[in-house]
Formats: sequence, structure tokens, C-alpha cells
Amino acid sequence: MAIETAQLHHLAHLARLDLPVAEEQRLAQDLNALLGLVAQLQDAAVDALTPMAHPHDVAASLRPDRVDEIDRSSELERIAPLMQGGLFLVPKVIE
Amino acid sequence: MSAWQPVIGLEIHVQLQTCSKLFSGASTAYGAEPNTQTSFVDAALPGTLPVPNAEAIRMAARFGLAVGAEVAAESIFARKNYFYPDSPKGYQISQYEQPIVSGGSVLARLDDGREIRVQLTRAHLEEDAGKSLHDAFHAASGIDLNRAGTPLIEVVSEPVLHSSAEAVAYMKAVHRLVRWLGICDGNLQEGSFRCDANVSVHQPGTPLGTRCEIKNVNSFRFVEKAIDYEIERQIRALENGERIVQETRLYDAAANKTRTMRSKEDAEDYRYFPDPDLPPIRISPAEFEALRAALPELPDARRARYLDALGLTPYDADKLTEDRAISDYFEAVLASTPGQPKLVANWINGELAAALNEAQADIGASRIGAADLAGLLARIVDGSISGKIAKDVFAAMWAREGSADAIIDARGLRQISDSGAIGSMLDALLAQFPEQVAKYRAGDAKLFQFLVGQAMKATRGQANPAQVNALLRERLDASR
Repeated sequence: MAIETAQLHHLAHLARLDLPVAEEQRLAQDLNALLGLVAQLQDAAVDALTPMAHPHDVAASLRPDRVDEIDRSSELERIAPLMQGGLFLVPKVIE
Repeated sequence: MSAWQPVIGLEIHVQLQTCSKLFSGASTAYGAEPNTQTSFVDAALPGTLPVPNAEAIRMAARFGLAVGAEVAAESIFARKNYFYPDSPKGYQISQYEQPIVSGGSVLARLDDGREIRVQLTRAHLEEDAGKSLHDAFHAASGIDLNRAGTPLIEVVSEPVLHSSAEAVAYMKAVHRLVRWLGICDGNLQEGSFRCDANVSVHQPGTPLGTRCEIKNVNSFRFVEKAIDYEIERQIRALENGERIVQETRLYDAAANKTRTMRSKEDAEDYRYFPDPDLPPIRISPAEFEALRAALPELPDARRARYLDALGLTPYDADKLTEDRAISDYFEAVLASTPGQPKLVANWINGELAAALNEAQADIGASRIGAADLAGLLARIVDGSISGKIAKDVFAAMWAREGSADAIIDARGLRQISDSGAIGSMLDALLAQFPEQVAKYRAGDAKLFQFLVGQAMKATRGQANPAQVNALLRERLDASR
């Protein structure tokens, strides 16, 4: 199964990638190679196995419901590109 | 044209009442300064890992047990992938395959008394997103991640509701239940309880119509109006020969209409997959046992008991099971006032409800505790005071003048139940109103009530009304 241009554009949109036309072919090739790998995986005989959500058979370890975090806003501000009035500023997004 | 039938399913987001977030130790308290409750996990800094909050898991399981659902011994967290600035990881941790709660049902009671049992599809755990503020800045959106990572359960109903009234009744039933279970504060203004509605219309016997999803409605009234508007819009479109486009719509309360938010082309393509950072959540048989044992008597069971075992009216039973704190208050007063459920119900739904309403306080802030009210009711039951005098005592108790007994003694309110004393008072009264007595004896029966009124007045309401009635009748009828 080869990836089509329309699918490539859809994926780029979902990933919020501004995909230059010049790169489309190379990216399509990469994705096709990945799909080849997936096709190979799908050939594996797994009918007798119960699907696993995680490679290791362990349960999540849980934490007690306690507030043990301090105010990190000044540290976050130091690495944020833009912050004002305690808010991270991002390009305007309106649905 | 045959009638259109609306088909509605709700997705209710219930914010769980934990202290800390679903995957981090940051506080979930509402109203803090922006980003002061944003941990590195919530901000999705590289290298951080989520660790699930045990209490959030227990709360979700408690909900599942309360609605008779299957609670999964093993459930898994999945990534729901989408880009939006208030979700800094680029995905939301949610559940997809193997949610913690599958199935179950909720009984909803409509205003007209009709009951519907609403089947649930599932309830899954997920983290809330942050908040975007679009209006505060000219060319930018401001992002506050304090809410990011707050635990929610999304309760998904089957599309089995057929009117806005049914939808609201169901939403209220879930609202009552989650507060009853102590897993959600139910605060609609603060967004602790909000709902998306999937609405379509079709003609019975034909396939279901195309549905539209109305997003994020956070009041019962708006849910009703948004659904009504949407039903009408779809019917109008279909009758004009138009097609309904599957889309997400926003309800605009000011204009009372819904409008397109995004259409199917941009819509859901979330590419769910199990979150590799989070192994499955397991609940052991011992934990299930503990959860089951800790489940309180549920409102439906309690309501049924109030009707059947206590003989309360549906009105009283409804009022007393609306809220767990009120119900527990009733239970406590009744425990000290055995055999008098109707009396206790009348006082809680009457005087106490009115006083709380006037003070705009809830039961937790009542100035009269359950033991104090029981103290007052004991004096009615043993005949020390009449119900009428008790209302004055109640008002004095509300004004913090002391216990019922202290007020009754200080004001000398004890009911006169001494037949001799009442008898001589009545003799004097009959001598005082010879004309009325004569008319009564001549057949004007309503003058009896006049004389009773005079007797109560003469004793400032303290005479035992039953004795006054009996002794007065004895006197009037004996010498007729």
C-alpha cells in the first residue's frame, strides 16, 4: 500500500507541518518504507496471543493523592519564548 | 409529514475532586494565579513522566460500581493526538480501548414524574486541557496550564434520549450521583461538570439521522435550550430538503443558537494508541472488595426506602435525596426522633429549608445542627409545645438564642396540658362570650372555631389544642 499525495497532505495538516512541495516526494518515500515495515509486522502469526498494551507485563505504580509540587512559574518563564501576566503567549489561535 | 424523533446522547465531563492532578503532584485548586499550579509534567517538559493518581482511579471505579457497570480489572491509558496550545504534549492522555468503566445505567426522573433508565456506553479517565485566553492580547493567545492534567471522567451515554427534558433529567441524575459519591464538587460555573450533546433527528422506523455535536455546555438550562434549538434547526433543514452536515457546533447563550465550530473535514483523527509511558492500571480483587464495601447507600435506594419503609411522600423523598448532606442530616435527626419520619421531613423541607434559603446557606452551614433540631422535635413529640410554638422556638434557635429546651424554659412556652386549668379558662371564656355561645347552640357551627381561637389567644397559644377542642365541645354540647 503506497501513500497518496492527499493522505500525505492530511497527515501534514494533522501534524501541523508546513510541508514544502520539494520535500513531499522524499517524505512519501520514507513513509512508504515505514508502511512496508508495518506490512511485514502484520504478517507475524499472532492469532493465538492476547494483545498487549505494553511490552512489559507490569501494572502502573500509582502515587497517593498529595500535592507535592511547588510553584514552578518562574522557572517555566525562564525557558518560555514569551510570557506575560503569568500566561504563555502563543500565536493567536481561535477555533 | 410524520413526526420527527430527536435522538440524543450526552458526553458528560466530570472533574474528579482530587487534591492533585491525574499524573502530577500539582494542585487542582480552582482560581490560582496563571501557571502557578503547572508542574514540569503538566508543561510536558522533555524527560518528565506521568505517574497516575491512585485516588482518581478509585473515584472512577466508585462511579462504575455505583452505576452497575463493569469496572475493568485492567484498563489502559491511550494517547489522543491533536495539536492545540493548551495541550502542550501534543496529545491528551485518555482511554480508548479498555476504559475503566463499561456499561451501567442511570435512572433519571423527569419533572412530570416519569422515570427513564439511561444506558451508559462507558466512562473513561482522562486529563483536562489548559485554558486559552483569546481576548486578553492583541495578536496572541494566552495559555494557562493550571487546569492541564486535572482528572476527569467522561461519562458517555448511549443515544437513547429523545428530548431536551430527558437529557436534562439525565444530566441532573448524574450530577446528583457524582456529588453523592463525593467524587466531584458539581460546580457548573467553575467547569467541574460540563457536557457535550450529540443530537440528530429521524423519523421512527428509518435509519438514524446525521448527528451534530454541541460542545461544552455548562448549565442545565443551556443544555435544554441548545438541544431544543438544534432539534428545531435540523428539522427545519430536513423539511427544506437540505442535508445535515456532521459537524461540531458551539452554543451561543446570548443569541440562543448553535453555530458551526468545525466541520467533519477538520474533525477527529486522533490516532489513538496505548501510551507507552503508562503500564496498565490494575485493580486487585481485594481493592474491588474495599471499594464496594465503602460505597454509601445510593440516592435511588434511599429514595425507595423513604417511600416504602418510611411512608414519605414522593415530594419529601425527592427533596431528601437531592443532596447527600441533606439526606444524612435527615438520617441523623430521624435516629434521635424514632418513628416520626413525616414530622422530621416536614421540618427539614419546611422551616429548615426556608431558613437556609433565606440565609443562602447550604446544610453544612446550618445554624441548627441535626442534634439541635432533634431536641426541638422531641418537645413536640412529648407534647411540651405545639407545632405552632415550635416555629417560634425554631426562629429563636436560628437566632442562636440557645437550645430548644433553654428557649422553651426561658420564655415559659411549655404547653398547658392540665385539664383543670384549661377547663377553668374555658368556663371564663364562655361567660365572656354568651352571645356566640347561644348562636353556636342554635346551630351556627362555625362559631366553635371562633371560641377555640379565643381560647388559644387567652393562653398565648400554649394550651394543648386537642384538649381545648375536647373540653370545649364537652361544655358546649353538654348543656345544649
